[in-house]
Amino acid sequence: MNDKIIQSNPIKPSTEKVIKVENLVKRFGSFTAVDHISFEVEKGEIFGFLGANGAGKTTAMRMLCGLSKPTSGKGQVAGFDIEKEAEKVKASIGYMSQKFSLYNDLKVWENIRLFAGIYGMPKNEIAEKTDALLNSLQFESERNTLVKALPLGWKQKLAFSVSIFHNPKVVFLDEPTGGVDPATRRQFWELIYNATTNGITVFVTTHYMDEAEYCNRVSIMVDGRIDALDTPKNLKEQFNANNMDEVFHQLARKAQRSE
Amino acid sequence: MKPSNITQMPAVIANNISKSYKDVMALKEISFSVDKGEIFGIIGPDGAGKTSLFRILTTLILANSGSASVDGFDVVKDYKEIRKRVGYMPGRFSLYQDLTVEENLSFFARVFKTSIEENYHLIKGIYQQIEPFKNRRAGDLSGGMKQKLALSCALIHKPSVLFLDEPTTGVDPVSRKEFWVMLKDLQKQGITILVSTPYMDEATLCDRIALIMNGEILKIDTPQNMVNQFDKTLLGVQSKDMQRLLTDLRLYPQVQSCFAFGDIHHVTLNNVDWSKDDLTKYLTEKAHEDIIINPIKAGIEDCFMDLGISNPSQTN
Amino acid sequence: MKNTNPFKQFIAKRFAFLHKSSFLAFVQKEFYHIFRDTRTMLILLGMPIIQIILFGFAITTEVKNSQIAIYDPSNDIATHQITDRIKTSQYFDLVKYIKNPAEINSVFKDGKVGLLIVYGEHFNENLMHTGKAQIQIIADATDPNIATTLIFYASSIINSYQLDMMKQLKIPYQIQPEVKLLYNPQMKGAFNFVPGVLGMILMLICAMMTSIAIVREKEMGTMEVLLVSPMKPILIIIAKTIPYFVISFVNLITVLLLSVFVLNIPVAGSLFWVIIVSLLFIFVSLSLGMLVSTLTNSQMTAMLVSGMVFMMPVMLLSGMIYPTENMPAPLQIVSNIIPAKWFIISIKNLMIKGLGISSVLREVTILSSMAVVLIAISLKKFKKRLE
Repeated sequence: MNDKIIQSNPIKPSTEKVIKVENLVKRFGSFTAVDHISFEVEKGEIFGFLGANGAGKTTAMRMLCGLSKPTSGKGQVAGFDIEKEAEKVKASIGYMSQKFSLYNDLKVWENIRLFAGIYGMPKNEIAEKTDALLNSLQFESERNTLVKALPLGWKQKLAFSVSIFHNPKVVFLDEPTGGVDPATRRQFWELIYNATTNGITVFVTTHYMDEAEYCNRVSIMVDGRIDALDTPKNLKEQFNANNMDEVFHQLARKAQRSE
Repeated sequence: MKPSNITQMPAVIANNISKSYKDVMALKEISFSVDKGEIFGIIGPDGAGKTSLFRILTTLILANSGSASVDGFDVVKDYKEIRKRVGYMPGRFSLYQDLTVEENLSFFARVFKTSIEENYHLIKGIYQQIEPFKNRRAGDLSGGMKQKLALSCALIHKPSVLFLDEPTTGVDPVSRKEFWVMLKDLQKQGITILVSTPYMDEATLCDRIALIMNGEILKIDTPQNMVNQFDKTLLGVQSKDMQRLLTDLRLYPQVQSCFAFGDIHHVTLNNVDWSKDDLTKYLTEKAHEDIIINPIKAGIEDCFMDLGISNPSQTN
Repeated sequence: MKNTNPFKQFIAKRFAFLHKSSFLAFVQKEFYHIFRDTRTMLILLGMPIIQIILFGFAITTEVKNSQIAIYDPSNDIATHQITDRIKTSQYFDLVKYIKNPAEINSVFKDGKVGLLIVYGEHFNENLMHTGKAQIQIIADATDPNIATTLIFYASSIINSYQLDMMKQLKIPYQIQPEVKLLYNPQMKGAFNFVPGVLGMILMLICAMMTSIAIVREKEMGTMEVLLVSPMKPILIIIAKTIPYFVISFVNLITVLLLSVFVLNIPVAGSLFWVIIVSLLFIFVSLSLGMLVSTLTNSQMTAMLVSGMVFMMPVMLLSGMIYPTENMPAPLQIVSNIIPAKWFIISIKNLMIKGLGISSVLREVTILSSMAVVLIAISLKKFKKRLE
């Protein structure tokens, strides 16, 4: 690696904090799933949220999406308090995961209309944006295809586009590329990049360590705590590692607990 | 790593296997053979046909055409024999959540008419790691531990061939690495292992791999040969603005494909005659700073993408 | 881990074959599943108790201030004395004297009067001279239980009057009460719910729970692993049915005990045959469950199929709630294919009416043939592979 590269993925100049988390804690009985985590994510940033299975990623993400109440600590997403204004948080975010993304038994356009409708978009705007979306993905021919008939890679690309269809401030992606072929995986990331240029903030978890490199900043959770948070470049320097995989291994091996 | 005795009959032979569901072709004339004691990787994305292939080989479904044998037994005629001697870990295998670790293991041992004691030596290395939790219900185990238990269950009857369908999917990188260490240990005990995975980085851990996509095998070889045979010029390119670099590189006439690989872009050239100076000049004109261009060695992922692009059926 | 106890060692050796048996391992595992799902197990075992008790309470046997009418053509001292006893009884409210025998039928029409006492003509005179007098007790048997109770109370009052008179006058009087039931002369409905509840519970546990349990393994992916094992596929299925067989049997015993000791419905016929016929029905239900499990791939479908195709018809068409005789002809024909119908008829005859096995030969034959056909179909449908 050449030292001359100062910043492989420069953060766009912006001061708006879209996600602000302070000492967030979630306990289940005596078990502390999330242990005083604090971080901020800037507008338009791609924020990688890594950690071993059971490190507390999902629990933390649920709290940020307003689906689960923190035991203590504060959090703001898109300017709304995650505890008191959970409904407003939900209205201003998008969400996509590998496990659930679209309804298999609905057609492509029906899925788009459904999700856009859920977020209260007006009908004519939905129609207009649907055309534009299908056009940009080169999916026009698949407009009337049932989603289950699409190849997985297409499905995931479509699911991501649907999750940002209503122009959310932040989109949460939970292992969006699991099992997708390498070429489509990269096309998927290009979609993510495009979204950030439109000012959407991306919060993403992944088990592919090369994808961690595409993030502006990466946090690594170990046993409910955030043990590292920096740009991939700085993390690699800090841990004297060649790639994010090594960084991750150094940190995750310290883990005491599992799910 | 491979046992020296290669003169034996292959552990698994697949001959022109095709399988279709309604109008979808899941497998198209798949042929390969796996030697005894080999770790054979079937590498490809979800929906490539990996699970169908595993199910045919483990006698769970019938192929539409073609033939296959495992340990010398035909998958159709001698399915009973095969079921006695293979271990199988399906992708969505989740054990019995309401049984304890020990009960799960002892159940599978008894289903195979053996006991934990009898084959303890086989699973010792793996099972010892979860033995402290043997009275815990399987549902309360972590992903990594579940996986170890599932592998122990698949091994308890001393199978000669082990079929692992996506054992590492959704598992974090650390647990994945541990899992592969276990597989290498099993190989030393003479067990043939067929493993499928969507993670290309696991390919190098196999003795031989088959790249599979859309029901077709793109290539079978050792990982080393596979990358050595990559015959195009591959460059690693970096600059300050990586996102814009991607678009600009794709516009460069000699560039066949360009993909992000972590903090570097891999660029495949369609022309062996290329000049670093020309490319640097082009990128400088596009206002890129801190440009680094280096020829690099291809990895399995590069091979897969290259084969995928040159394979016409890949374009759906 | 080593056992030092020689006895334990002996046992371990002696029963080593059991430990080796993959079939028993399977059965044991099934019991673990059931015992660990405490909630479901409690529902399964508690259901018969709750249902029997609920049905038992829903049937009113305690009667107070029931409306009664009297037709007294004699109008003499004896009838007045009996009427007075009836009037002062806490059980009856005398609401009407009928003047004309033509009114007898209409008195029940508005459904308020539950019982009518009709004295014979020249009641006292007959009693004094011949020592015999006629009295008729007519009951509205729409609710057979209430009718039985009212008749019982009325007869006791008449009896006690008779006994008192005999003590006073030392003459052997004989008042002959004649009981007549209106609307439901065969007293249908009384205790019919016991065979009905039994049929429903056995069907629920055997067909529904078994099919769900088998399909759950398909959903979890464990079925794949089990199929790729030396265990015979059909044994996998049979092993899964055994715990439900046991639970059904426990429930059968619970229901019988409850009906004898709580509801005071004695097993009038042979207990042996009641149990044998119930086992036959359990067998039919289990094969239905197996059949559903071979045809469905999700727990949801299995539940819907067993719920809609088995439970609803059992409740509506088997005669458990509505007598099949009163159904429209097409429904009567449909009801013939419902195993529970034949089971309920058999149990009614064997347990409540106290008839012998020979009275239900037809029903038993039908149930047996159903068992054979269902097992044949599910064996044929059963796959030794995944598809």
